[in-house]
Amino acid sequence: MLLLFVVSFVTFAIFFLIPRLAGSSPEDLASRYVGRTANTQQIHQMTERLGFYDPIYQQYGRFVKGIFVGADYSTGPSTVHCPAPCFGYSFLTQTPVWPDLLDRMTVTLSLAVGAAILWLLSGVAVGVLSALRRATFFDRTAMGIALAGVSLPIFFTGLVSLSIFSYWLGWFPGGGAYTPISENPALWAYDLVLPWVTLAFLYAAAYARLTRAGMLETMNEDFVRTARAKGLPERVVVIKHGLRSALTPILTIFGLDLGLLLGGAVLTESTYSLNGIGKYAIDAINSNDLPKVLGVTMVGAFFIIVANVIVDMLYAVVDPRVRVA
Amino acid sequence: MSVNPQPRTDIQVGKSGAPGRAFLDVRDLRVHFPTDDGLVKSVDGLSFELERGRTLGIVGESGSGKSVTSLSIMGLHKPGSVRMSGEIWLDGQELVSASRETVRKLRGQKMAMIFQDPLSAMHPFYTVGQQIVEAYRIHHSVSKAVARKHAVDLLDRVGIPQPDRRVDDYPHQFSGGMRQRAMIAMALSNNPELLIADEPTTALDVTVQAQILDLIRDLQQEFRSAVIIITHDLGVVAELADDILVMYGGKCVEKSDARTIFKAPEHPYTWGLLGSMPRTDRAVRDRLIPVKGSPPSLINLPSGCAFHPRCPYDGRAGIPSRTVVPQLEGGDHAVACHLPPEMRRQIFAEEIAPAL
Repeated sequence: MLLLFVVSFVTFAIFFLIPRLAGSSPEDLASRYVGRTANTQQIHQMTERLGFYDPIYQQYGRFVKGIFVGADYSTGPSTVHCPAPCFGYSFLTQTPVWPDLLDRMTVTLSLAVGAAILWLLSGVAVGVLSALRRATFFDRTAMGIALAGVSLPIFFTGLVSLSIFSYWLGWFPGGGAYTPISENPALWAYDLVLPWVTLAFLYAAAYARLTRAGMLETMNEDFVRTARAKGLPERVVVIKHGLRSALTPILTIFGLDLGLLLGGAVLTESTYSLNGIGKYAIDAINSNDLPKVLGVTMVGAFFIIVANVIVDMLYAVVDPRVRVA
Repeated sequence: MSVNPQPRTDIQVGKSGAPGRAFLDVRDLRVHFPTDDGLVKSVDGLSFELERGRTLGIVGESGSGKSVTSLSIMGLHKPGSVRMSGEIWLDGQELVSASRETVRKLRGQKMAMIFQDPLSAMHPFYTVGQQIVEAYRIHHSVSKAVARKHAVDLLDRVGIPQPDRRVDDYPHQFSGGMRQRAMIAMALSNNPELLIADEPTTALDVTVQAQILDLIRDLQQEFRSAVIIITHDLGVVAELADDILVMYGGKCVEKSDARTIFKAPEHPYTWGLLGSMPRTDRAVRDRLIPVKGSPPSLINLPSGCAFHPRCPYDGRAGIPSRTVVPQLEGGDHAVACHLPPEMRRQIFAEEIAPAL
């Protein structure tokens, strides 16, 4: 919880405090909330309504209060209510940010979690096999492909796979196709196959290399020799004794990667025109819609923090030496 | 054996009256590792026998081939990286030519091993109990509860206090000595008939060393296992071993019963090892006498007698120590040395024994 307050403060500071310290006037900030054609008086009115003349700590208090109990924004003639949790109100689209984010979240969640499962399974499997068959044809081929996977950017692999599998072969739908899982799970998965594979390819490549390095190290550990000396079958030795240790550092990175992606897989979502958090952020930045950008930043930061906390807790589950006695 | 190119020089170490082959019979074992720098001949023509209830100490410096020998018996070398020849007979079964699966089933069951550093040799993520249970259940189809009871009994047997609680602790929660006891409990979980202890006390402090050695001896008497103790520490084998085999450069240079090795050793290398051993039962000498030089490269062993560059008697009496490899000769007390036996005994009596 403390961490979340820190996040809210840092986000707040980035958007409101630092510009002020850097010399922007309250009017400069408020001008972001009104049209570009607004005159000085309108801007002044807006600044007052948004409370930008108040001391910073009051503004921050209001910001936090909005998250917990909601906030009211006066738009001049009327007052709009932004219910809790209020991460801001977009005056541009006349909507509170949070419901939009929630809506987009399902898309990003579908994309990130599906791809994560895919890359974790394939990356770890390829890494383990490569380590066990070190310096064989399989190892060299897999690591060569992995190198390509790490190096090629999403917007390249994404577009290539779209042109081949969607436009040319017609196996999968083109960009922008998305069906909510609640409507049709099969279609949901079918629509997401290409984005999943593209995104997973990038990460799987990195994970395969990490797993391979980890396995090469742990398979030479004394405790693996002990496991063999017990007469355990090689499969048990590799999975229960070798992989179990090699996975620990991968778990850390996995948590962080997933947390980062949940805050918006910007490139993948843009490439496939998926209306997720990442695309929301891009659109918000393009239209200079500050409350939306702020909301996305908060959500992204939130996921990274949560992922970190979960990873820390998982670490204690996985590695008994981390547990506090 | 017909494949043995050397004359049979091994001594009958055991005293089991059973006809035929000894319980463990290693014949002309050669373990070579091809590397980029050349062929590493870690073990080159080693033969010995061991009966149930007996303890063999294998002694030598680092890199003399002791651990490689034990890993060969256990079949723990990586298949691609090693060239093994010779024969290892365990209770009438040949292991070098046996399938990996056959050897795996014997591992942990018929033969078990205690490793040097129990902290790195136990898996940090599993409790001591889980690791013992795993070792037991792979060879016995019993329920987890039964196996756990067995693990508690074993921990109790090796002298771990409150075994029913400690069984759920992780290795890092044990002290060094307790960890080695747990390691021993794990090795004993299937009542192995052959127990190999590879430097079992090296990582432990001196007071704990004595306890662990006592424990191994007691357990051996209880289980009547054959035990191989591998060590560079003659003090350890003095405690435990019935017979001692001294290795140098992948070969056996001297072997006999423990008493003979300590009272009347004949190989100059054995003299060196004895001279470099601290003794607390004698008056304090000025200094320990180290064996001069360093262990030989196993890729390019010195020609002739591998020990000749470090041997103080190299070149005596016109013997061909630099050209001819000395054979292991002698019955119950076999020595691989060019010095004539009378001269060796004379040198030991006149020059070595007074300084020890």
